[in-house]
Amino acid sequence: MGEGIRDKVVILGMGCTKFGERWDESPEDLAVEAFTECLEDAQIEKKDIEAAWLGTHIDEVNVGKGGNFLGLTLKLPLIPITRAENFCASGTESFRGACYAVASGAYDIALAFGIEKLKDTGYGGLPDSPAFGQMQATIGPNATAPGMFAQLATAYSAKYGIPMEKVKEAMAHVSWKSHENGAKNPRAHLRRPVPKEQILAAPMIAYPLGLFDCCGVSDGAACAIVTTPEIARKIKPNENLVKVKALQISVSSGEEALYTKWDGAGMLTTRRAASKAYEEAGIKNPRKEISMMEVHDCFSITELVTMEDLQISEPGKAPDDILSGFFDLNGQLPCQPDGGLKCFGHPIGASGLRMLYEMYNQLLGRWPEDRAVKNPKFGLTHNLGGVPNQNVCSVAIVGLD
Amino acid sequence: MVGIRSYGAYIPRYRMNRMVIFGQMGWLNPANIMNAQGEKACANFDEDSLTMAVAAARDCAKGFDRSEIDAVYFASTTAPFKERLCANLVAGALATEESIRTMDFSGGLKAGTSALLSALDAVSAGNARNVVVTGADSRLGKMGSPQELMFGDGAASVLVGTDDVIAEFKGSFSTGHDFVDHLRGANSIFDRQWEERWIRDVGFDRFIPEVIGGLCEKCGVQISDFSKIVYPCYFGGERKKINKKLALDAEKVVDNLQGTVGDTGCAHPLLMLAKALEDAQPGEKILLIGYGNGCDALYFEVTENIKKLSPRKGVSGNLARRAELDNYPKYLVWRRMVPADTGLRGEEQKWIRWSLIWRAHKAMLGMWGSRCKACNTQQFPPQRVCVNPDCGAIDNSEPVVLSDAGGTIFSFTADMLAASINPPAIYGAVNINGGGRFVFDFTDCSQEDLAVGKSVEFSFRIKHHDPEKDITNYFWKAIPVS
Repeated sequence: MGEGIRDKVVILGMGCTKFGERWDESPEDLAVEAFTECLEDAQIEKKDIEAAWLGTHIDEVNVGKGGNFLGLTLKLPLIPITRAENFCASGTESFRGACYAVASGAYDIALAFGIEKLKDTGYGGLPDSPAFGQMQATIGPNATAPGMFAQLATAYSAKYGIPMEKVKEAMAHVSWKSHENGAKNPRAHLRRPVPKEQILAAPMIAYPLGLFDCCGVSDGAACAIVTTPEIARKIKPNENLVKVKALQISVSSGEEALYTKWDGAGMLTTRRAASKAYEEAGIKNPRKEISMMEVHDCFSITELVTMEDLQISEPGKAPDDILSGFFDLNGQLPCQPDGGLKCFGHPIGASGLRMLYEMYNQLLGRWPEDRAVKNPKFGLTHNLGGVPNQNVCSVAIVGLD
Repeated sequence: MVGIRSYGAYIPRYRMNRMVIFGQMGWLNPANIMNAQGEKACANFDEDSLTMAVAAARDCAKGFDRSEIDAVYFASTTAPFKERLCANLVAGALATEESIRTMDFSGGLKAGTSALLSALDAVSAGNARNVVVTGADSRLGKMGSPQELMFGDGAASVLVGTDDVIAEFKGSFSTGHDFVDHLRGANSIFDRQWEERWIRDVGFDRFIPEVIGGLCEKCGVQISDFSKIVYPCYFGGERKKINKKLALDAEKVVDNLQGTVGDTGCAHPLLMLAKALEDAQPGEKILLIGYGNGCDALYFEVTENIKKLSPRKGVSGNLARRAELDNYPKYLVWRRMVPADTGLRGEEQKWIRWSLIWRAHKAMLGMWGSRCKACNTQQFPPQRVCVNPDCGAIDNSEPVVLSDAGGTIFSFTADMLAASINPPAIYGAVNINGGGRFVFDFTDCSQEDLAVGKSVEFSFRIKHHDPEKDITNYFWKAIPVS
């Protein structure tokens, strides 16, 4: 067994654009916006970056394949750039690549970049793509992301015998809370609080998910510059440092899609990635020790089951925790303090890094009082890419030195 | 003994009251009120002649060993392809062997009975032992036309062979006339017919008696010897006239299903035959007539074996499975008679990749899965590496046909975002009985019909239609059963 990544890497600087329908900005504009902030925050020069990773998902309507977009846009001087594509975990994958590069000693300073320009698609929701290959595209259902995730709700309701009305009520609280948080955040895509009544009365997208159960589809970019603790201390001798405590990925084995034992009411991958991340970070009781989370609330039901998959809530108890306000900004374990995918937005390749950006800035105490998490120690980020029965999950934990 | 071993039928679940059509189109052709009685069967948005023919053939072949089928004949004047043999798709969906005879019959409305005759000939000659004949049609009349009201969608199938014959083939007589009462050119979508009075008075009135006379003379029987007489003619008045002319006992003349189904084209005589066989008794003689550009007359005698044949869904079972289609524009969109906007998402190009389809044709057409020989886990689609996490055996499985297995609903949704001409797109994970799980489209249902744990059966349906390239692709969908 390897010894893991804990405390081997420091986040030296981060940048994140405003997410949203950035009709007037090109991917290049977004990239420069995020990179400029990041470089300034890291207090280094562009020439100090030795290697880069680029996370993007849907290259067809976005920035194309390979690492070339980043090299060309930022004029990175012939350095290695690797495109990381792993569904919605692509941003976290680029971060993982950069962290592993630094931790291995191969490079001193590396850049992790995530970007997605989705609003050139021409329609709402994610563009159709043969994401699981041509065979699945030929015989698989006429499905969209909301429809695939919606099935978590039917299976969850059936497994725990919780009436759909209560599941819907908890889902509504999930979205309500993210709207409350997003409204406070100037960089969020959706910035309007929405009453629960409106959420519950919204038109159906994919039963039982209504409009407000689905996150926004946005344009945006986010990035991080990482280095070793030694170099970081030299560059920022008098500042708090945010260290990487755990980085885990888990990918479906076919057990969920084709075998009959998976319960369909949560993700096997999240459970696995979380357990390994807690072990890597030395966390024994996540419900008590984790200070705040940014999880992959692509749909409200995803956030609901993720609370159980992350072993924060007991099986079948996430609705109770959610409805008690446990995950609200002023609750015991704030979840989505920046508004989450739901309101901050979801440019796929950027999302993992956007979550880390929120944890990083919260840990450094940079946010105003009204949206600051009190005395955070550990921040957890979680991405869930693909669909529940065939997915990629990432869990990252960061904390103060 | 050569004859029919089994029969099956398929009538789509949707029925449209003809007054719904007349209500929308009567302004154009008020005289059509004469045709606006009863209801017509309408194929669902994901059905065509091929899928209906498969459904009828499955009803027919139920309980028979598919590996013993050595020929599959498909008859239709509305086949989805001009060049691509539909019988191969039927055979694939039945999961027969591939070293068999496959033929498509078309061209005129007697194609159904001609296919049956050819099957009887092949078996009589000793060139085949078990031939599945399946016919289907889904003909279109222009908006406001009499045909739009008269035609219905449906399919019927018979299994021809030598063992356990339920209706012995005793003889036939055929005519061929270039009598163009109806016509569709090679590139026409809609039926065009000549004056109705001529169709009745010269067509049915002359050719039906002619072929019956020919058969009786050839086989040395009297028309009065027959207990069940099947002849397709959708004009009620003309049927009365012919019955009177031939002194046919009205009770012996099998219902033409005009009030419940409509004229199903070349499948219609086979569909009426299936209805006749439902309550046929040993010893009864059946006269079957196919009509269209001439006639086929076939003479059968029912045997004791009919009592042993397990029940088929047949015409009655299919008629009992019914849902109202009260939306005429929906019918037009489903039959692709008018363009409908499914949004920009609906414009996304999806290629049908024939090399892939060929590689995977057993899984796609016959729903072949695999069963691990090491741990007995059944899985779909077939896997090289066993999906059981405690097994993982590599290349140690055997093929297994799952289309008849059925399953239970594991999870489901009704999706308004997915582009569809029948929104919402309803789909979900199904646990296949005996093992394996796959996410299927559901069809012939609404969201309210679904519940976790509910049983489903599988149905061969249109999976994707590409209007630009004129390609239809097929796969299995799940239908909830109560």
